[in-house]
Amino acid sequence: MKVSVKYFGMIAEAAGRDEEVLEVAWGISVNELKEQQVQKYKIPDAEAVQLAVNQNLGKEVELKEGDEVAFLPPFAGG
Amino acid sequence: MRYDRQIKLNEVGISGQEKLLNASVLIVGVGGLGCPAAQYLAGAGIGKIGLMDYDKVTITNLHRQILYTESDLEKSKALVAKEKLQGLNSEIELIAIEEALTIENAENHFRQYDLILDGTDNFETKYLINDACILTGKIWVYASVYKNEGQLSVFNYREGPSYRCLFPKTTRQNISCEATGVLGVVPGILGILQAAEVLKIILGVGNVFSGKLKLVNIFSGTEQILNIQKKQEEIDKIRKQGIIPVSIACEVKDAGKTYLDVREAFEQPKVKSENVIHIPFGDLQNRLNEIPKKEGVLVFCQSGKRSLAAIELLQKDFGFDNLKNVEGGIETIING
Repeated sequence: MKVSVKYFGMIAEAAGRDEEVLEVAWGISVNELKEQQVQKYKIPDAEAVQLAVNQNLGKEVELKEGDEVAFLPPFAGG
Repeated sequence: MRYDRQIKLNEVGISGQEKLLNASVLIVGVGGLGCPAAQYLAGAGIGKIGLMDYDKVTITNLHRQILYTESDLEKSKALVAKEKLQGLNSEIELIAIEEALTIENAENHFRQYDLILDGTDNFETKYLINDACILTGKIWVYASVYKNEGQLSVFNYREGPSYRCLFPKTTRQNISCEATGVLGVVPGILGILQAAEVLKIILGVGNVFSGKLKLVNIFSGTEQILNIQKKQEEIDKIRKQGIIPVSIACEVKDAGKTYLDVREAFEQPKVKSENVIHIPFGDLQNRLNEIPKKEGVLVFCQSGKRSLAAIELLQKDFGFDNLKNVEGGIETIING
């Protein structure tokens, strides 16, 4: 199944893109997707990275076809 | 009359203007975010504005902190901002606070104001603001920027989520310490969005950005809104334990050498290394025995100026001949 993924801040830099559509296994959880992408792009400081599924942060859910997943890093510049 | 153009709005009116004049806002950090926010809030007639910043104006601030000018270089940001904003609006009370926000002073300062606007540039202070706001029951208007992106939210608003609900796990890297760079307009836009949230909260109009996180990307021209899930345990933890200090230290680029950091304890970013001795400039004469004499020592501060003065003092008056200044200060230490 396909999910669309968005990357923010330094994650977008690590991935070399702002967004992409991924083919993932049925029933994959949002945390499994995170782990997979962290490995693939060597996303730094993965512990602090938060994920949103269909604009909702902090939910540990199984992904469905067409879901939109956002990878959000903390940043602190001012 | 001075506020006529906003009083004309149904959402403001005479009563709304009175609310603004009776309100007080503490701006923590009068930099890229804090300057534009302060300008619009002073213009709008917020009755009392606290301007808190321990830092001085430097030349690299001027591309984005356009409240300041070249003639303000090396002057206190809090004092310069107060003077300029008083020129913009002489009818409001402006208070310059030339201090860093610390675990010791945060709650006392916060109690003097209705709400807090976060203009800081590091994680340690953001978590500190979060915790002190929970303990004092204050709303805080948050923003952060990174290169060409910004984040905005309002925390601790009517039982809404906190910053720890959004980012429960603190980062190990203090990303703000790296010289990542930022497009000047990005904090400008975010700072003004923060001022807008402050006005909405005081006036009681519109949808306050609580429980939501706005993400702005200036290059792609896109905006995204994410819903933040409240994590009650993150709030209860602070109510029970008080402020939980967050300490994030950067690595030195060349860890094989011995360093002397002459900055004050609150200056950011902190560096961690077994080879770094921390003695604030003012304490040097009392703690001479902590400084090695036999091996070479690299002395640094924020910019490279205080460390130069420290070396001069230690060479002339105390016979140290093993000290070398780090030009460019902390940035050189971290980035090489």
